[in-house]
Amino acid sequence: MALSAADRRLLAAIETGLPLVPRPFLVVGERIGLTEAEVIEGLRSLLARGVLRRLGIVVRHHELGYRANAMTVWDVPDEMVRDAAARLVALPFVTLCYRRPRRLPLWPYNLFCMIHGRDRARVEAEIEEATRAAGLMGLPRAVLFSRRRFKQQGARYTAGWPAQGEAGWTTSIAGS
Amino acid sequence: MDDVDRRLVNALQGGFPIAERPYAEVAKMLGLAEAEVIERLAALREAGVLSRFGPMYDAERLGGAVTLCAMAVPEERFEAVAAIVNGFPEVAHNYARAHALNMWFVLAVERPEQIAATIARIEVATGLEVLNLPKLDEYFLELKLTA
Repeated sequence: MALSAADRRLLAAIETGLPLVPRPFLVVGERIGLTEAEVIEGLRSLLARGVLRRLGIVVRHHELGYRANAMTVWDVPDEMVRDAAARLVALPFVTLCYRRPRRLPLWPYNLFCMIHGRDRARVEAEIEEATRAAGLMGLPRAVLFSRRRFKQQGARYTAGWPAQGEAGWTTSIAGS
Repeated sequence: MDDVDRRLVNALQGGFPIAERPYAEVAKMLGLAEAEVIERLAALREAGVLSRFGPMYDAERLGGAVTLCAMAVPEERFEAVAAIVNGFPEVAHNYARAHALNMWFVLAVERPEQIAATIARIEVATGLEVLNLPKLDEYFLELKLTA
């Protein structure tokens, strides 16, 4: 997707976070020489084009009390993956679901799903429920609970762009 | 974190208004004052509960790339390897997990060709093989937690 220099300036200006003032888009505009209306229009356009998924917040699950974080994976015949994934994402406790390549012999699993919860016993019960609901009983499965989080930092996509801000945040890019 | 904070976090995980007075709109939705919303967000950011407040990008549409990587790290080297891996600015997050493949991290780069180059550098720096597990299909997008 072609991004204009103006798009890039705008993205860079908001990358470090929205100012916590009553008119944040006015402040963002002042940093890069745009009016408040131009900033709002520009951001709406980036959303409409799908470059921005949304503005919003990402929480650190651990600080919120979500201590049990289970990456659950199955080895699913390729032709069954789409159906199984559709059933998984319909479950309220499934937060992410992907198909990824197998890397044999170390890694035979191709369907990934994340379940975050406050306590491990409940997450384990949810994994069983997910396995049944998605019709994955009897297929090879592994559950990888997180033991420690070493780093949760923001991905930056505007490094080297003009008017680059300092990125201090973190993100929960799909895949955590 | 109290009930009001929880409602605020839940509301904002779904999105933030793009309007002249966005905090006032959020405040109205939750029955709060604009100033209170701003103060609470500042406190949550300070406390580290909010890891991010702002734009969520679609990395691919921006020309970048993201992938999930896994390594089998010998226990006695775990701390040292974690320090090396976390020292790469391309590593967005990194988790220890209970499995033979015990280190799982996400790479986020500006251009797709940097994925292979970064993995090669991490392999050289650690002396360990990195499995690259890019997403082939995504079935769900939002990471939305009930606070």
